Amino acid sequence: MTGITITGLAHAIGAAPILSDISLDLPAGRITALIGPNGAGKSTLLRLIARLEPLQKGRIIINGLDLVQTPSARLALEMAFLGQHMASGTRLRLRELVAFGRWPHCKGRPGPADQAAITQALADFDLAALEHRFLDELSGGQAQRGHLAMTFAQQTPWVLLDEPLNNLDIAHARGLMAHLARARDAGRSVVVVLHDLNHAAAWADHVVAMKAGRVIAAGSPAQVITGPALSALYETDVQVAHHAGRPLVLHHL
Amino acid sequence: MADHAFPATGRRGMAPGFWLGLGALALLTAISLCIGVATLAPGTDQGWMVLTISRIPRTLAAVLTGSALAVSGVVMQQVVRNRFVEPGSVGTTESAALGLLAVTLLAPAAPIWAKMAVAALAALAGTVLFARIIRKLPPREPLLVPLAGMMLAAILGALVTFIAWETDLMQLVAVWLMSGEFSGVIAGRYELLWIAGASAALAWFAADRFAILGLGAEAATTLGLDARAVLRLGLAVVALVAAMVVVSVGMVPFVGLVVPNIVSRLMGDNLRATLPVVALFGAVLVLACDIIGRLVIYPYEIPAGTVLGVVGAGVFLWLLWHRPGHG
Repeated sequence: MTGITITGLAHAIGAAPILSDISLDLPAGRITALIGPNGAGKSTLLRLIARLEPLQKGRIIINGLDLVQTPSARLALEMAFLGQHMASGTRLRLRELVAFGRWPHCKGRPGPADQAAITQALADFDLAALEHRFLDELSGGQAQRGHLAMTFAQQTPWVLLDEPLNNLDIAHARGLMAHLARARDAGRSVVVVLHDLNHAAAWADHVVAMKAGRVIAAGSPAQVITGPALSALYETDVQVAHHAGRPLVLHHL
Repeated sequence: MADHAFPATGRRGMAPGFWLGLGALALLTAISLCIGVATLAPGTDQGWMVLTISRIPRTLAAVLTGSALAVSGVVMQQVVRNRFVEPGSVGTTESAALGLLAVTLLAPAAPIWAKMAVAALAALAGTVLFARIIRKLPPREPLLVPLAGMMLAAILGALVTFIAWETDLMQLVAVWLMSGEFSGVIAGRYELLWIAGASAALAWFAADRFAILGLGAEAATTLGLDARAVLRLGLAVVALVAAMVVVSVGMVPFVGLVVPNIVSRLMGDNLRATLPVVALFGAVLVLACDIIGRLVIYPYEIPAGTVLGVVGAGVFLWLLWHRPGHG
């Protein structure tokens, strides 16, 4: 049983509701984009799936494993998460950082397969030449890619990314989305919070639109990324054209 | 090229710093065994007694204290994710002193192990209190963490002084607790430091866990670690080391701050590889300061803690001044 199934999820911080009544299926083997205005609850939803916040109400099942009942170490073999706030201040070499992504598999005793996964992840994110640099000697974008490489070195069926395009230039942003597509083609599943609607339109297979703590729409990019739907979602005029068979969002004019 | 590949590759080859530290430690150990007011006549019973009762225990005490304090400094810096803290600067040591003072007053006849246990528990309570206080601080202001620690330490220290003053124990506190020194160390009076050493060794087995927690609770959870359990283990190691050191030799400042920062500059924060070097450098620093303290006004002594206060403060200021590259 693959896929992420969310039923009756609600979350509040103090008296303020952050998420209400969310029931959602995230399909396996797809790139799912979470979109929506600031404060929609996208990051909170992702963090709840990644077990970073205690589940207050509702149920999350990932590949048949109940999030609350399954040991955290087991879940670390099922999903990897990268948040918006990267570690700062710790002085690791890039390769050492990426190597920690193998912890769920080898618990600090890496075999040849682990080393190969580390090397591959570094190469995938264009970091092989920097692997012996300390993190504090890298640019923001390089460090971001280092954390992405660590996340992918975990080699989990599910990868959860919260705004991974932050800090990345256009070339590396496109490179990341292409990498997500390759991971999908290799059978992995990706859930990614995206602010850039055109990256969502161009690369995602499944789009979930959220607003004020609720899911407004979920479906293919052609279904969800339309002018009227986005205009209502963001409460601002958005037009959608088409380019190369994909929706092209015009929101900056 | 795979030498830096993973925390577990430490077996394949030690860093040059390790061998340098080992050489320095061997040299200082020889010096420490040879200097003192009593002369060591080789082959005589008296020489042998001086060696086994005084010189060897004293040297071992300095080595154990230095390595355990340096390692506990690294552990604390990783689990609270701040480079500018050590057990001696955030109230852990003062808490241990407070516990020891309390048990001395309330149950003076208690066996020594009970006093140690009370001191260790008090140190743990003080460290947990510090960890709770800094959780409320804004993460963007890293310097507030050591500041809050210093305030907590000052309050606890004042409490110790107040109680000691009221109960006429000032001399005990001033001599025994406040200045770390090794002149009182003889066989039978330092063995608790082995517990501190064992705690530091335990920390090495959990080195990867501490390093991962240093990446943040979020990263630790993602990798399947129980971040709170690692934090608890770290605080326990720190408290145990601090309590054993305070009880045995008194307060030894700066070791836990200076040594981890220097090693981090040179080798980074891959603890599996760096902790042995940290332990060595800590031992070298404390032993060197004890030797200096024994020599400057020979045949009298000044406490190693006092020497460390001067040397450590100087080195720490230098470290603050010379930030590496991208800082």
